[in-house]
Amino acid sequence: MTARAGTLRSMPGRRGAEAMLEIGGLHKSFGGVHALAGVDLRVDEGEIVSVIGPNGAGKTSFFNVVTGLYPPDGGDIMFEGRSIVGLESSEITEAGIARTFQNVRLFLNMTVLENVMVAQHCRTRAGAFRAVLRTPFLRREEAEIETRAKEILAFFGTRLVGYRFDQPALSLSYANRRRLEIARAMATRPKLLLLDEPVAGMNPRETAELTGLIRKLRDERGLTVVVIEHDMRVVRDVSDRVIVLDHGTKIAEGSYDEVSSNEAVIEAYLGRPAEVG
Amino acid sequence: MTPMDLRRTLRWGSLAGAVMVFTCAVGLFEAFEDRLLVYPFLSLGHVLLLWFLPLAGYQATNEPVLEGMEAPSKGLHNVMAGLVAGLAGGVLMGVFTVVVDAADVRDVFVRLSVRLVDLLTHGWGVPGGLVLIVGVPAMLGMAGGMLHLVSAPVRRRLILALEWALVVALLEQVFSQVLRQLRLGAVGNLIFTRRALEWWAALAIAALVALLAERARGGMGRIKGYLFAADAVRRTRNSIWSALAVLAFLVILPQLLGSLLSELLANVGLFLLMGLGLNIVVGLAGMLDLGYVAFFAVGAYTVGVLTSPISPRFDLEWSWWAALPVAILMSVVAGVLVGTPVIRMRGDYLAIVTLGFGEIVRILFLSDWLAPVFGGAQGVRNVPGIPVGVAEVRGSQPVGVLYFAFGLVLVAAWVSWALQESRLGRAWTAIREDETVAAAMGINVVRAKLNAFIVGAILAGLGGALFAAKVGSMFPSSFELLVSIIVLVVVIVGGMGNIPGVAVGAVLLIGVLGGPTQPGLLAEFAEFKLLIYGALLVFMMLRKPEGLLPSVRRSRELRGEELSQDAWLDRPSGDVEVDARPAGG
Ligand SMILES: Nc1ncnc2c1ncn2[C@@H]1O[C@H](COP(=O)(O)OP(=O)(O)O)[C@@H](O)[C@H]1O
Ligand SMILES: [Mg+2]
Repeated sequence: MTARAGTLRSMPGRRGAEAMLEIGGLHKSFGGVHALAGVDLRVDEGEIVSVIGPNGAGKTSFFNVVTGLYPPDGGDIMFEGRSIVGLESSEITEAGIARTFQNVRLFLNMTVLENVMVAQHCRTRAGAFRAVLRTPFLRREEAEIETRAKEILAFFGTRLVGYRFDQPALSLSYANRRRLEIARAMATRPKLLLLDEPVAGMNPRETAELTGLIRKLRDERGLTVVVIEHDMRVVRDVSDRVIVLDHGTKIAEGSYDEVSSNEAVIEAYLGRPAEVG
Repeated sequence: MTPMDLRRTLRWGSLAGAVMVFTCAVGLFEAFEDRLLVYPFLSLGHVLLLWFLPLAGYQATNEPVLEGMEAPSKGLHNVMAGLVAGLAGGVLMGVFTVVVDAADVRDVFVRLSVRLVDLLTHGWGVPGGLVLIVGVPAMLGMAGGMLHLVSAPVRRRLILALEWALVVALLEQVFSQVLRQLRLGAVGNLIFTRRALEWWAALAIAALVALLAERARGGMGRIKGYLFAADAVRRTRNSIWSALAVLAFLVILPQLLGSLLSELLANVGLFLLMGLGLNIVVGLAGMLDLGYVAFFAVGAYTVGVLTSPISPRFDLEWSWWAALPVAILMSVVAGVLVGTPVIRMRGDYLAIVTLGFGEIVRILFLSDWLAPVFGGAQGVRNVPGIPVGVAEVRGSQPVGVLYFAFGLVLVAAWVSWALQESRLGRAWTAIREDETVAAAMGINVVRAKLNAFIVGAILAGLGGALFAAKVGSMFPSSFELLVSIIVLVVVIVGGMGNIPGVAVGAVLLIGVLGGPTQPGLLAEFAEFKLLIYGALLVFMMLRKPEGLLPSVRRSRELRGEELSQDAWLDRPSGDVEVDARPAGG
């Protein structure tokens, strides 16, 4: 399918940008649990969209299905006008979607630099043959991989650079592990970045800083970002648009102010105030 | 004064007793009772029987010294504990002897004979000889306990001296051969009598080692400093020099060894070649392949069929060099055929299925159906050697084979290293760490794993090609499951994922103990080889799962939790370090 078809499918009433991700009727159940029960959703190029909802609402499952970790039971996922349902998760990453994990899943025994280098796999080409012969092509590519990795790590200030390059990821603090995971996702050169609770466990200062970085990802690096977040201040500060999930369905969508005054949303969160912010 | 921990002491004592009983029951003691190590009194059988006692005596009161705590005081209680442990072991052994003497248990334990009782009691018979059987272990246990009384450096020297004297005695063959090649045969004749080290020579060696131990440690430190110099340019230059030194050593070595030892070392090379290949599959890509011998067989049979003048079907009589590319190609084909269906499986499933494939390949070579090509049980014979210039490398000239094996091992080591340090190597590591995440980071897991499988198959195929030319004939029975297992043990014991580790494993296991059908230095052990392999594997899994010479990453994986706890200890409050921005920046 072509990009044109994607435009034709886009819903009216949105700003004229190209639909980057367009999802229709997405279903996924685990045994009897309907983690996703018919979600429709659209993300435009250059947007920062927040996905919120109480625990167990299906937010992480949504990421898992989009990135091909689980096949959907039904529905369609179009990325840049092309259906990505049924692709391997490595192919989806190659198409331009990268993610982080709610329960940080780094390659803990690899060094900080290696974590970022290995994620450039699908953007590089040298295979076993060139590696054994150490051709000029390979050496150039290796140098580029390393330079790029260092450049990406520098995005996070001084925290992941210098002596940290060669430290195993498991020696990092919790907040740094979250940052490294974002760096690793950036290294796959995505167009769309999915962040699953990126500030969970961070203190207010670190949270504020990462909020700024998320904006920078869009403004300076041109990424489209979907972020799952519980911290309402972060949601307010970064999102162009907020989508609220509950029990696997989308119950509200709009700007932060619209959503936060929405009856259904307040009801969904009621009785579970501890989980908000 | 610390009281003696009786339970612990008895535990170590009975462990020592169990070691003694086991050594007798499997026949190790009797088999080596007349193989003297130190002339005229110490036999290998006695060493095998008694070695654990001093260790048990020492361990009975060995407390780790905790940081900031007072070191436990040393004194009579250490010696007493050693004595008690030795005594306990001796009593156990005594009971065993009495039982063997009184009851006929030979139906079950075929190795237990009346002769055994005679040997153990020095012919004094049961009531009298029991004094020996209980007394000697008690003394040895006490000696172990007494080790606590000397300072740590002295203890280290004592143990090292003892070890070296025993190693020289055990490897008499190597030492006298090298001395002969250096035209110092007279020295060899002087210090060795009937394959055993003269007692005074043993003492002299021990004394020399004790004196030079510290100096040697210093030397090692300097070598390390030289190899891992801080400044990168120096490091590169130094490592080039040391590579040249190693190369020179490898060139000279076969000249020193003579043909018998060269043959042994050529076998080491063959298994090292396969070990490096399997290391890529298991150690780097994390797939437990138990059918590795299949690729070895494919390489060997391809070369055999293409080069042998009496090959069952073809009389191509190609040269080895012409057959080699075909052998490699066939290995690749076999790798793809076996790899494609199994690669999506994880862990144990993959191990079982590859094991099955390995057997299938052997049975195919054995089958009547393929007998017109591969000769069935008759195999392929008269495989010619490898023509090199005017000479020919073949089994009857082990020195040539050894040089050739060295060459192939260097190639395999280069391939392993180059892949490890490449994009593919990083992908393998990531897959081993977390396959799902690796895929989510854009790594085509199936393709990366298939690559590992193919590279491993090629190296095994090379090994097979060398094997064909070296042995000159091959039968399906040369490609039993045991070969796969032994290569795997070489990799595990040496240190998975680490090239020098695999080399250490191959030298120790194949060189010293011997391969599945190849004799090692300790040819006497042939009968007990598999027993020792098994014991070693169990011990390594329990005590040092990362291997003797582990890769940094592998030990991090296995000991990772401890490390990460330590890391958290350093900064309990998360990101304290982040404020250290340069001023004015
Ligand atoms: N792999 C899985 N197996 C079984 N149930 C799952 C799985 N993943 C998610 N679920 C279930 O799906 C529901 C949604 O989970 P999740 O997407 O993690 O919610 P959220 O991220 O919004 O907190 C939960 O009830 C959860 O138990
Ligand atoms: Mg979640």
